Amino acid sequence: MSPARNAEFEVIDVRHRYGARTVLDMPRLDITRGETLGIIGPSGSGKSTLLRLLQGLERPTEGAVHVGGAPMPFPVPLSLSRRVTTVFQRPLMLDRSVRDNVAFGLRLRGRRDAAAVEALLDRLSLRHLINAPARHLSGGEIQRVALARAMALDPEVLLLDEPAANLDPANVARVEALIRDAQARGTTIVLVTHNTHEARRLAHKTLLLMEGAVVEVNATATLFESPSDSRTRAFLAGELVY
Amino acid sequence: MIDNILRALGDPALMAVVSLTFRVTGSALVIASALGVPIGALVGLTRFPGRRLVTLVLYTGMGLPPVVVGLVVYVLLSRSGPFGPIGWLFTPSAMVAAQTIIAFPLVAALTMSAVDAVDPDLRFQVRALGATRWQTGWTVLREARIGVTAAIVAAFGGIISEVGAVMLVGGNIEGHTRVLTTAIVLSTRQGDFALAMALGIVLLLLALGANAVLLQLQGRSR
Repeated sequence: MSPARNAEFEVIDVRHRYGARTVLDMPRLDITRGETLGIIGPSGSGKSTLLRLLQGLERPTEGAVHVGGAPMPFPVPLSLSRRVTTVFQRPLMLDRSVRDNVAFGLRLRGRRDAAAVEALLDRLSLRHLINAPARHLSGGEIQRVALARAMALDPEVLLLDEPAANLDPANVARVEALIRDAQARGTTIVLVTHNTHEARRLAHKTLLLMEGAVVEVNATATLFESPSDSRTRAFLAGELVY
Repeated sequence: MIDNILRALGDPALMAVVSLTFRVTGSALVIASALGVPIGALVGLTRFPGRRLVTLVLYTGMGLPPVVVGLVVYVLLSRSGPFGPIGWLFTPSAMVAAQTIIAFPLVAALTMSAVDAVDPDLRFQVRALGATRWQTGWTVLREARIGVTAAIVAAFGGIISEVGAVMLVGGNIEGHTRVLTTAIVLSTRQGDFALAMALGIVLLLLALGANAVLLQLQGRSR
């Protein structure tokens, strides 16, 4: 298999275990540069684990995630790790103001961009909280600050783990608008969501993950409208009850 | 009695004792913190073989009886001891050395617990935002700053009130190695209770000041 020229990541023969339990078994997955890959699947199917491997936070027990045609080296060099950033499912705030949390990634790079920070907070309707201690925010506010903190870096690859869970519709719209802007800038996005509608709205390709294995990966419209795997049909049917 | 206490408080000799107390305890605290905070943070942040042993040693060190530390430092610094030639015995340097040994495990162990208490997931999230190893460690240490401050203040409280070690290795020589605690012991023995009380009040005020600083630092981050 020759590396796809425009591949951002190639997951090759990856098997990842926690103790004796295999949490991810992925012979092959290509993530194309500039595309948005939606990952859906039930809880515990390995979605978040896949993001950790792509971010380089964990080394696969077997196999490798290839970047630019070569396996990701460990420890991950800064030049690679700084191309990618993750918005975690349970984002943690630093014990600082909202402003300092959003500017944190920039500060790590020795940069300051107060205007960008403020613009992001404006767009996420958080501007009034700019000086508030971030630890005291509500869950939905923290989720948006975490997205702003990642977006401030304008990374080449954005890994989003349930970025709009627990948000009200107005804020879902604000978050999705930012994601669309990143798409327009050519950012590669991996979007983990339990919300099939969100995947449908945002993802170019969608992957169904179950028990650590890829059930089906296809163009989003194809996967949702004419799934080829019976398990996909069952999963979507179950989801569509909601 | 009150008059005598007030008179004792105005005694210029008292200032010399307070000043030496500050210099000895302050130096020991700075050295113990400069070593203890990074070492405690490192032990708290990393996983390595023997970590449990290091933790055990640090925790045990927190309970070191000062008089035993004084004894060991005395033996090491005595004329026939291995460090005899440097001539530190009965000097403020010996007192700083002994208090540093008492303070170090307190600073290191409490820093370690403070760093340990920070959500381990934070390290991953900070790294995912592009932090280097050092930046990650520094960020976690900063998150633990209240605990680290408490570690330093606890060590301060431990050594400023300590009498056994400084008495042994300093010798309580007037104008040379006499600090607040050793002066209190001596004044009490001599029956000069007013002076002993005055010294005790000063010691308490110093402790009060230290805790006020802690509260101030904690308040700033909340």
